[in-house]
Amino acid sequence: MNQRKTTLHMAGAKKAGTRLVLLLFTVVVLLPIIWTIYTSFKTTTEFLANPWMLPKGLYWPNYTNALEKGNMVAYFKNSIFVTLLGLAFLVLLAVPTAYVTSRFKFRLARPISLLFMSGLFVSQNYIVVPIFLSLNKVQNYLNQYVEFQHLKLTDNLIILALIYAVCSLPFSIYLLSGFLKTIPDEYENAAKIDGCSYGQTLFLVIVPMAKPAMVTVLMFNYMEYWNEYIMATTLMQERRWTLPVGLVNLMEQQKFATDWGAMFAGMVIVMLPTMIIYAFVQKRLTEGISMGGLKG
Amino acid sequence: MAKVNTKLAGKFSKSKFQRKLFIAECTVPAIILFAVFMVYPAINVFYMSFFKMSSLSLEKKFVGLDNFKVLISDTKFWQVFRNQIFFIVVVTIITIILALFFAALLTNSNLKEKPFYQTVFFFPNVLSLVVISTLFIQIYDPSKGILTATCNALGIQVAEQGWLGMATSSRWCIVAAMVWQAVGYYMVMYIAAMDGISKDLYEVADLEGMSKFKQFFAITMPLMWEIIRVTIVFFIISTINMSFVYVKIMTPTGGPDGKTEVFLTYMYKQAFTNSNFGYAMALGVFIFLFSFALALISDKLTQKETVEY
Repeated sequence: MNQRKTTLHMAGAKKAGTRLVLLLFTVVVLLPIIWTIYTSFKTTTEFLANPWMLPKGLYWPNYTNALEKGNMVAYFKNSIFVTLLGLAFLVLLAVPTAYVTSRFKFRLARPISLLFMSGLFVSQNYIVVPIFLSLNKVQNYLNQYVEFQHLKLTDNLIILALIYAVCSLPFSIYLLSGFLKTIPDEYENAAKIDGCSYGQTLFLVIVPMAKPAMVTVLMFNYMEYWNEYIMATTLMQERRWTLPVGLVNLMEQQKFATDWGAMFAGMVIVMLPTMIIYAFVQKRLTEGISMGGLKG
Repeated sequence: MAKVNTKLAGKFSKSKFQRKLFIAECTVPAIILFAVFMVYPAINVFYMSFFKMSSLSLEKKFVGLDNFKVLISDTKFWQVFRNQIFFIVVVTIITIILALFFAALLTNSNLKEKPFYQTVFFFPNVLSLVVISTLFIQIYDPSKGILTATCNALGIQVAEQGWLGMATSSRWCIVAAMVWQAVGYYMVMYIAAMDGISKDLYEVADLEGMSKFKQFFAITMPLMWEIIRVTIVFFIISTINMSFVYVKIMTPTGGPDGKTEVFLTYMYKQAFTNSNFGYAMALGVFIFLFSFALALISDKLTQKETVEY
């Protein structure tokens, strides 16, 4: 009896110890973010005081400065445009390819999936240089013709979205194929008997069934596109910057202008959409990783 | 009869054609775009490494392996090489230890708030590397950062240029940011692996009086060795790629005494600051082959007979 009591006691103490360690790390993870958020409401004079201090009130002009003077409104629009367009391109390219290569038996099915798999080894960071050079080369060529004078290849958000979509094809096709393989043949046979064409079968039968896998793919790639920096900073000019590029610029500016408030506000502006989405999808996200989904 | 047969054959070949057409419609656009924006640039990386190109005018001169000869005798490059190895080794070791530790703690504890911790620890992973870099710059800032303020309060002297600006500590500042971001991701993977291990094994070990600590090395580690191996390969590749963004933003000049310059920042500078595109692509080829080789070597070194109980 007594011994059992001490064991229970020890287990309780252990649990408390575990909690303490976990809480400590929770603080380590959350503190920088909480600090950023409350610091974004500080006035310039408050910035000169102890960095740990909370602001006396909510100083919103930091946000208007970031959005207007820091041009974050424009960059926000660019980011939304690139992200949504990139995801649209991705769905249109990846879903049909994954469907056909995973469920149709034809001679080229395996070579095609291997081709896309090989892309898993190619990082955007290497090919950014040749992409930049090739786009410029084609641009120089096109500039010789009057008809194409308004066509811009570099500094073009549609091209950027296309590059994002193509670079995430290998991972997305890999993930979607794995899921599509698990759908039983009966559904397609039934659709065929009902007189569905191949296209109708794909969009009316398969796509609705593949929703969970598609949500996972869209989620991972939303994060990729929204957060991407290297490609955007290399290809885009000031008016077409995305939020991350704008944020780095805001940080460089504040070295001279000392508008720290705007910079902290800028950080919150970039973080906020992702935080909101994370709140909704975090379970699915961690499940996706547990299932063996890897990230570029 | 014969009539029916031809009719059937006609219908068959028509549907066969439709099938082929559908396959083409589904795959051809993706293949073309993939070829244009990934395969062609990737081949170009290799191709351009044999040329000398010194401006955007794109005049190029074939120089054979000269760029690679330059690379071998480039002392700056070998410093970059050592820096990169430092980041790969240090970030991998610290992150694996922390991720395994927290994964084991969460799996063993059976706390009802386990999902909460999982959510919180994973969170830095969804943030932009740009935000994380900017955030850590602010933390290390000598005048308005919380780290400096805390050090001052504890009576630790911080040099005028701050931790990030000092040759001895700048790379550790970047390591801290990278680990802060990565722990949660790997922890989630390790938790999934640990959840897959049968509880019976631990119960038997408990009955035999084996401590939790010993159980971790006798049961948990051997059974999840495969997933640890896979993550080591991830680490090598992702550290090379991610250190690019961190270093580019946190120490744009490559840090004090070039202490933080890494592979891809060096490549990027050769390309876009020095317009030395050929040399940059030789670096790219080297980095690619190096990361590939390193991944293979680590895979071989960590190979053990798979344990299944």
